[in-house]
Amino acid sequence: MEINIETNLFGKEIFIPDTVVNSWIVLIILTIFALIVNNKIKKASTDEKPSAFLNVVEVLVEKVDGLVKSTMGPDKIFFAPYILTLVMFLLIANLFGLVGFTPPTSDYSVTFTLALMTFFLTQYYSFKTSGFLGYFKNFTEPMAFLTPLNILGELANPISLSFRLFGNILSGVIIMGLLYSALGYLAPIFTPILHAYFDVFSGVLQTFIFSMLTMIFIGGAMD
Amino acid sequence: MLEGITSEAFILGCSAIGAGLAMIAGIGPGIGQGHAAGRGAEAVGRQPEAQDDIVRTMLLGQAVAETTGIYGLVIAIILLFVRPLLTAYLNL
Repeated sequence: MEINIETNLFGKEIFIPDTVVNSWIVLIILTIFALIVNNKIKKASTDEKPSAFLNVVEVLVEKVDGLVKSTMGPDKIFFAPYILTLVMFLLIANLFGLVGFTPPTSDYSVTFTLALMTFFLTQYYSFKTSGFLGYFKNFTEPMAFLTPLNILGELANPISLSFRLFGNILSGVIIMGLLYSALGYLAPIFTPILHAYFDVFSGVLQTFIFSMLTMIFIGGAMD
Repeated sequence: MLEGITSEAFILGCSAIGAGLAMIAGIGPGIGQGHAAGRGAEAVGRQPEAQDDIVRTMLLGQAVAETTGIYGLVIAIILLFVRPLLTAYLNL
């Protein structure tokens, strides 16, 4: 299913690709999910055992809290909400190929935006923890002549982070598209196993890796 | 031999060959990830109680090792679908 939007705004042709529309759908799904959870958690009483739905949400929150504690340290637990948001957006976005939509993460603009958020958070916390002079001094370590390499290495982080997610998801989309067009009516016999690998396995793994690397970069900048 | 071929078709064919050559980059991550997985299996055999940590570290290392292969893939995709060489030729 592809939903492309073409509009005329102020006399200019504007083309919105289906990946962007799909990321709006993901946002709507997540917003509705958050509203439902908020509503249920306010109504829940502490005397009774939690319902099945709330139990699943609690397990998710506890897992992410534990992951943040073990990778970034117990004093940086305030970062858990951002990581959980990232995990949920990426999870739903990567699994979107299962229901016939194009995954939003197969658009480079989406993954690059996420990687840029990580990059700017890293720079911000590096600036905050080491101060104005310390921030620039960090680049000259361990030796002064390595400064260009350090700057390049810092700039390469968002590029490799975004290309990793983008390449993995897009390669799945391309291979599935080729198979669907080559096999025609026979496609439903062979593609489910590939959906299991490219969408479920690869998608969940890349979600984990993206959030894990985000935690490591930001945690490293905070120390 | 090249008489019946237009310049555009020639550029497209060369782009396809270039995309195929770019995917040779897949060899490196394949070897590296296999090596990491083998060492991970060894570590689990030695210390089965630390399996969670070992698997997590292994996956993370493999993802970082994969980056060079992904760069090759992105170059191949750009050559095949964005066709920068054809655009450059048409703009000459």
